[in-house]
Amino acid sequence: MASRRGVLPGFGLSLGYTITYLGIIVLLPMSALVAKAAGLGFGEFLRAALDTRAMAAYRLSFGLSLAAAATNAAFGVVVAWVLVRYRFIGRRLADALVDLPFALPTAVAGIALTTIYTKTGWFGGPLERLGIKVAFAPLGIYVALTFIGVPFVIRTVQPVLEDLDPTLEEASAVLGAGRWQTFCRVIFPALLPATLTGFALAFARGIGEYGSVVFISGNMPLVTEIAPLLIVTKLEQYQYASATAIACVMLCVALASLLLINLVQRGTRKGARR
Amino acid sequence: MSGSVSFRLGGSGKHRGPALSDGRVARCILIGIAVSFLVFFVGAPLIVVFVSAISRGMPAYFDALRDPMTLSAIRLTLFTAGVAVPLNLVFGLAAAWSISKYDFWGKGILTTLIDLPFSVSPVVSGLVYVLLFGRTGWFGPALERMGVKIIYAVPGIVLATIFVTFPIIVREVLAVMQAQGSDEEHAALTLGASGWQIFRRITLPKIKWGVMYGVILCNARAMGEFGAVSVVSGHIRGETNTLPLHIEILHGEYNTQAAFAVASLLALLALVTLGLKHWVEWSAQRQSAPRIEPMVDERRAPPTVQGAS
Repeated sequence: MASRRGVLPGFGLSLGYTITYLGIIVLLPMSALVAKAAGLGFGEFLRAALDTRAMAAYRLSFGLSLAAAATNAAFGVVVAWVLVRYRFIGRRLADALVDLPFALPTAVAGIALTTIYTKTGWFGGPLERLGIKVAFAPLGIYVALTFIGVPFVIRTVQPVLEDLDPTLEEASAVLGAGRWQTFCRVIFPALLPATLTGFALAFARGIGEYGSVVFISGNMPLVTEIAPLLIVTKLEQYQYASATAIACVMLCVALASLLLINLVQRGTRKGARR
Repeated sequence: MSGSVSFRLGGSGKHRGPALSDGRVARCILIGIAVSFLVFFVGAPLIVVFVSAISRGMPAYFDALRDPMTLSAIRLTLFTAGVAVPLNLVFGLAAAWSISKYDFWGKGILTTLIDLPFSVSPVVSGLVYVLLFGRTGWFGPALERMGVKIIYAVPGIVLATIFVTFPIIVREVLAVMQAQGSDEEHAALTLGASGWQIFRRITLPKIKWGVMYGVILCNARAMGEFGAVSVVSGHIRGETNTLPLHIEILHGEYNTQAAFAVASLLALLALVTLGLKHWVEWSAQRQSAPRIEPMVDERRAPPTVQGAS
């Protein structure tokens, strides 16, 4: 029995501890969420999860997360390309800067972005004169969600680009394709799975994001109130049922997007084997 | 032009011929787009933190940091990370060991469940503990009778922090453990080493860079967590106020300079984290380079031994 598992000692202790700790920290609290949602009953759950204010919050959270993830997908491929293929002054600094949104606490990012994009801020002033309002408007939420999503696409595309076989590009060039044609037909298809993975990761992060958004969004119900903020508001009013229902909807969307990543990655692996 | 041809003839492989390199104009445009994207979205927020922090001069900056409420927030943040990181470290080592060294049913499910906190919104991470330990929660009434306070108190902050940082160390350690394999451990076992000896003498030195990497990332997240902690903290000044929550309060009072002074501490932490991260990556690479050489020598060794015999 033990030999089939592996011969090293410590199986019972390490797995036992792992499962106990996982159970206390993650599974027990998560089951409290599921139980609370199940206890609501179907009708009440739907009423809480789908009321007008919640629907407006989902539309805002999901729509702007999609837009921010798409922005990051487009610019992410360019940044990854530049960092891998070109050598220029400041490349290392630019490469280090990519990880900053992972390391910078969200509250710090939140107040920094707010200060930049308010009427008196560095970018907010000029934009305001052009008639574009960023802080305390949906556009501000988009900016914050783009900020926190920056590393995902770049960091998933970069290794793929580094490993890309140069002979493919050589073959394409020998066969008479121009650079742009080679990029569209040869390089981009190879980068697509990684780009999609990064996109989905950025999207999943975006819909749950709270800290960097609350400062810049202005938090007006129906206009700039994101779903995580609505949960906090409901909690402050002791409306645990509504908070739980909205949390369940968000959790399902996040899990669905991560499932999509798994399918994309499994699909690519199969394609690679073929 | 001739330069690039001679590069190609040199065949160093790193230099691309004209057919594979992009034109100078395209190159400049792409670099311009990439650098401006990073500067506008990532660089500017970082710079504005430090500029705003010292906007009223250095004395005001240090006054904001010396404020008793700031000091108490620093203490609570250090305490929270000091509890959360070691607990997640022990768990990370145990979980990585059990997943990488043995085959058992349900391994896939276990790894998926370990990653679960990453797909949960920070706000929901706080909410689940409110549902568990809050006044109307599962254990709320029992705890209240015993006089134990978890929500709107320090234990809740620590629990929420542990939850959001839960998968970080496991992921890093597991990846390194799986990549390193178990051959040396099996050799040590046949030589009569005990489980603890194997772990301490063989496994731990092999995975130390992965462990450090995980601890650095976990610590940064633990000290900077806002959403989850905000839900369970209750925002009691001097008691349940961590640094990120203190920033929120100061910003809400339009005390912008003080908010940025406190924020600059966390921004410095982020920069130190990134610096350490690069240092660990660099050290791990440098150490793994000489590690490969003995293996090559070993491969060369057998023929000479055979030749001698």
